[in-house]
Amino acid sequence: MEDYNFAYLDEQTKRMIRRAILKGVAVPGYQVPFASREMPMPYGWGTGGVQVTAACLVPEDVLKVIDQGADDTTNAVSIRKFFSRTAGVAVTEATTDATVIQTRHRIPETPLQEGQILVYQVPIPEPLRFLEPRETETRKMHELEEYGLMHVKLYEDIARHGQIATSYAYPVKVEGRYVMDPSPIPKFDNPKLSGSAALQLFGAGREQRIYAVPPYTQVVSLDFDDHPFVASKADHDCDLCGAGASYLDEVIIDDAGGRMFVCSDTDFCAGRRAAGHVGRLGEAA
Amino acid sequence: MYVAVKGGERAIDNAHAFLAEERRGDVSVPELSVDQIREQLKLAVNRVMAEGSLFDPDLAALAIKQARGDLIEAVFLIRAYRTTLPRLGASKPIDTSAMACVRRISATFKDAPGGQVLGPTFDYTHRLLDFKLLAEGEAPQAARAPAMPAAVPHIADFLNRDGLIEQDTANDTTPPDLTREPMELPASRALRLQAITRGDEGFILSMAYSTQRGYGRTHAFVGELRIGTVPVEMDIPELGFAIQIGEIEVTECETVNQFKGSKTEPPQFTRGYGLVFGQSERKAIAMSLVDRALRWKELGEDNSGAPAQDEEFVLMHADNIQATGFLEHIKLPHYVDFQAELEMVRHLRAEATREAAE
Repeated sequence: MEDYNFAYLDEQTKRMIRRAILKGVAVPGYQVPFASREMPMPYGWGTGGVQVTAACLVPEDVLKVIDQGADDTTNAVSIRKFFSRTAGVAVTEATTDATVIQTRHRIPETPLQEGQILVYQVPIPEPLRFLEPRETETRKMHELEEYGLMHVKLYEDIARHGQIATSYAYPVKVEGRYVMDPSPIPKFDNPKLSGSAALQLFGAGREQRIYAVPPYTQVVSLDFDDHPFVASKADHDCDLCGAGASYLDEVIIDDAGGRMFVCSDTDFCAGRRAAGHVGRLGEAA
Repeated sequence: MYVAVKGGERAIDNAHAFLAEERRGDVSVPELSVDQIREQLKLAVNRVMAEGSLFDPDLAALAIKQARGDLIEAVFLIRAYRTTLPRLGASKPIDTSAMACVRRISATFKDAPGGQVLGPTFDYTHRLLDFKLLAEGEAPQAARAPAMPAAVPHIADFLNRDGLIEQDTANDTTPPDLTREPMELPASRALRLQAITRGDEGFILSMAYSTQRGYGRTHAFVGELRIGTVPVEMDIPELGFAIQIGEIEVTECETVNQFKGSKTEPPQFTRGYGLVFGQSERKAIAMSLVDRALRWKELGEDNSGAPAQDEEFVLMHADNIQATGFLEHIKLPHYVDFQAELEMVRHLRAEATREAAE
């Protein structure tokens, strides 16, 4: 791939993206408009995350790419391959070995460390979008810190369902200022956003927005005193590694509707099994 | 027993090999050449150039071949290529009154200086399948006409002399470029025109059609439609003057729209404008209708709440590469979020059942 620059994007474009990232870091949770480029994969496939990753990568980096928590889902494979080809960086499946992790829909179970960058792929960066479809309006609402509509929505959920009926892309408030969409991660992952040692960057390509949560930033999931936020998951242990506190995928295993629960974070699960943990249906390593 | 799904990489490689084989089709049929596509599927090539925002018939034809005739996929290939190209500079504005027209018609006047020239049009053809085309080897020859004069005046200029149509004033500010800057709303007219000319033909057509049916009606007449080639000139700093670097084919449409006047403007005709790469008549006419509908605010008209008057709605949904990407991405795995929803629905159901039992 000598025809393309390191990590595909030209240096001017990377500089433009880095400026947006720096602005995002300076104003945590604020959506910075950036001139998103057409990438060689479709919008909706992680073009925002890919551009952010491309702007962050240096030749010494070790890259991990996950989708749904897994390293071997097709789109994760495709993006990892893209950067192996265009940047020639080392790739890994181990969370602890990676310097840059691009993710779709999950935060790894293993706590992130200082110096690591977690890049999220974001479909709709605007947490108020489904309450107000107009960008011109929602930008004004953020400017004025006018988040009443969001609280009314959460309240109406409680009035109708007895609980807040949002299970993923659960809105958060960053450092007491901006309400932010954490991307469609399950709300189970929300607590990991807060006080993380890693730099968290969010890229929305089609919507042309970048935002950031710098290390050790306070991120609070929106709730009410009498209806506190609960990070929920399937009420099981992992059937392969026995983990009781990791996010689980439910897998249908036979025609009779039999199912098993396994860690969505494949690296975390494999690591536990290698360390000798065995779940209900697992085999000793 | 559950086995973790591995081998995504091999599956992807195999799928791509399968795709390549399918693209070629039956090998006993001769392969389609890029030249054939460029010459014989010219209108498809034009559409790909217009929506891909890149004037290069050879690359557009290659993209159509690679995309198996899926024009949106071909547009995507062109866009992804285009964005990697360095910007060498900007050309001087093209002068469409100096166009070498192959077609030029006006619906508002029976005749006009320069004349009505039909050119290569489907208009007035009877849409009967021509089974003769099943037999190969035919090369029809049309009669030759003398070339049109070098400069054909714009129809709107005639109305302009009588003050019957709004003035279009020249403006030398550099227009914004949505391929280099994020789209900002409210958008200037120049930015809107850029978004519409590279927007999806079907979407722009439907938006324009909706104004004709009363959703933001602007009573449009085609003042002029012209198709032809214009020279592209560029200032070369080292030379100190502009030189012609090439020639592009464009379609230009100017509509003349009824306007009863407003608080600030006397009654006069107003304009809608469309300019599209290649022979892309339908798109150029539709563009000029949508342009005119979006100008309601500057002309002091009422917003009737019609979709075609809604700048944010039109501009944010006109791009078929954005639209198709986001639409089709829902086939990617979403099982983590679905699992979260499953847990919630189970929880809500358990609550509801418990309450019903009490």
